[in-house]
Amino acid sequence: MSLLTIDGVWKQYHDHSVLRGIDLEVAPHEVVCLIGASGSGKSTLLRCVNLLETIDDGAIFLDDAEITDVRADPDEVRKRIGMVFQSYNLFPHMTVLDNITLAPRRVHGVRPREAEEQARELLDRFGLSDKAGEYPDRLSGGQQQRVAVIRAVATQPRLLLLDEVTSALDPALVTEVLGVIRELKDAGMTMILATHEMGFARDIADTVCFLDGGVLLERGSPEQIFTAPEHPRTREFLQRILEARRM
Amino acid sequence: MTDDEAGSPAAAPVPAPHAGGEAGSPASSTDGRAGASARTDGASPLPGQGEAGASAAEWVKSERQVRREAELRARSRRSATVATASTVLAAVVLVVAVTASPGWPRVQETFLNPGAFAEALPDVLRGFLLNIKIFLIAEVLILILGLLVALVRGLRSPVFFPLRALAVLYTDVFRGVPVILLVYLVGFGVPALQLQGAPSDPVTLGIIALVLSYGSYVAEVFRSGIESVHPSQRAAARSLALTHGQTMRHVVLPQAVRRVVPPLLNDFASLQKDSALVAVLGPLESLRQAQIHAASSFNYTPYLTSALLFIALTVPMARFTDHLAARTARRRTGGGTI
Repeated sequence: MSLLTIDGVWKQYHDHSVLRGIDLEVAPHEVVCLIGASGSGKSTLLRCVNLLETIDDGAIFLDDAEITDVRADPDEVRKRIGMVFQSYNLFPHMTVLDNITLAPRRVHGVRPREAEEQARELLDRFGLSDKAGEYPDRLSGGQQQRVAVIRAVATQPRLLLLDEVTSALDPALVTEVLGVIRELKDAGMTMILATHEMGFARDIADTVCFLDGGVLLERGSPEQIFTAPEHPRTREFLQRILEARRM
Repeated sequence: MTDDEAGSPAAAPVPAPHAGGEAGSPASSTDGRAGASARTDGASPLPGQGEAGASAAEWVKSERQVRREAELRARSRRSATVATASTVLAAVVLVVAVTASPGWPRVQETFLNPGAFAEALPDVLRGFLLNIKIFLIAEVLILILGLLVALVRGLRSPVFFPLRALAVLYTDVFRGVPVILLVYLVGFGVPALQLQGAPSDPVTLGIIALVLSYGSYVAEVFRSGIESVHPSQRAAARSLALTHGQTMRHVVLPQAVRRVVPPLLNDFASLQKDSALVAVLGPLESLRQAQIHAASSFNYTPYLTSALLFIALTVPMARFTDHLAARTARRRTGGGTI
């Protein structure tokens, strides 16, 4: 049984198709990496799953219930899905602790005391316990993004969406964020990552999907995609990445 | 000021082991510190630079820096001299031009009469207290009305279409009508309706007119503040399953309100002056008192008295607004000079 099912999803911006009939199943505890060039539809797909974008055709199911049903309450759906953005999007007027406890307290009805305890536990686990009272602009990019991940998982979502979470980071700070994601995988979190970090995708993914022009061209184990890609477009993409790496 | 020169290769007063790496980025000093500490956690890079950091504790200004500072001091002395000279010159020219004008003795007699000033001051001051009362009450009501209208305009659900249309109509109409016209219309129009319970007190009517007029401006200020909050903040809040209302209340409004404080204070400085327009309805506020005195003595000095009182109130407010704006700017740039 799959936790998330994406069934023939189309997304149109004006007269440009961004997603062209995407099918994808994600099993519980599975980590799926979406790779592909910028503009291939990775981010849009994640935003559709989180209902930040409305789809133009197809359906998305979470725990076998259709979340794209027009009668479904988006807020109820989002309660079960966490999302981390490329640009962190922490709330600048709140401390780290308030950023993390906002949703547990206001949306999930957790008592403030309890929410704070849980937040401190998470901060401790990810090496940020001394930052609880800081404001986001006093943190490095890597620290901000780790806080954003904690904020997204503080409500214990069924599914975590990570949208190029290391793309805005200094190379030296990427590893600390990837470490957090690895730890979440070990804890059994189901995740979909859009990423440009091929090494990390290869290392952490159960399934790698290659998107090209809004089409899911190829999917398979990291081994298969990175060593023996079938589709010429996949080969070309990986070749270009390799070349860029060598320069 | 000298801190800005910290990036100079001669000596680094800040013991950052990686000054070279951080100096190029426009990040604030706090970011630099955070980055530095994060790196020292990891494998220690380049031991030579670490030693440079240690020796920075006993930093002696290089000759180059001493010369640079001397040059900067000389330059600031020069600009101070030029500024003083040009100010004095401008003041002298202005005074000479005004006092040499043919009508100056008459103006001095009718507008700058110390006796008339002293005589009018108590009454004008008493009237001015009413001005203060008018705009204090109006300010609170304007903030509430403006915020409500701005929030209504942000509602997306089709259910609220009539409310939204009403809000648009309100801002369009009341921003278009001159304040003094509105004071006349409300002040004489509302009592003329002879409605049961409608206010007839000129001060109340004046406040209503001011609130209606300024509410439309302030609503637009709030709306621009709300729209200035980046959509990614909304996306983040909604992705946490906060509702539209919760997103507004906890994420968007706190940021929006902080940003619009300077323009709001600017509008309120304007409101303080416009409280004098209530005079046309007859209550004995500052301008009206000045009119009465002027009419009985044929001397216009009481107007100057009233004007000075208004200035005495708006100038501190203007300085406070500047102070807030400067503080915001400092926060944005992280303490840099540009």
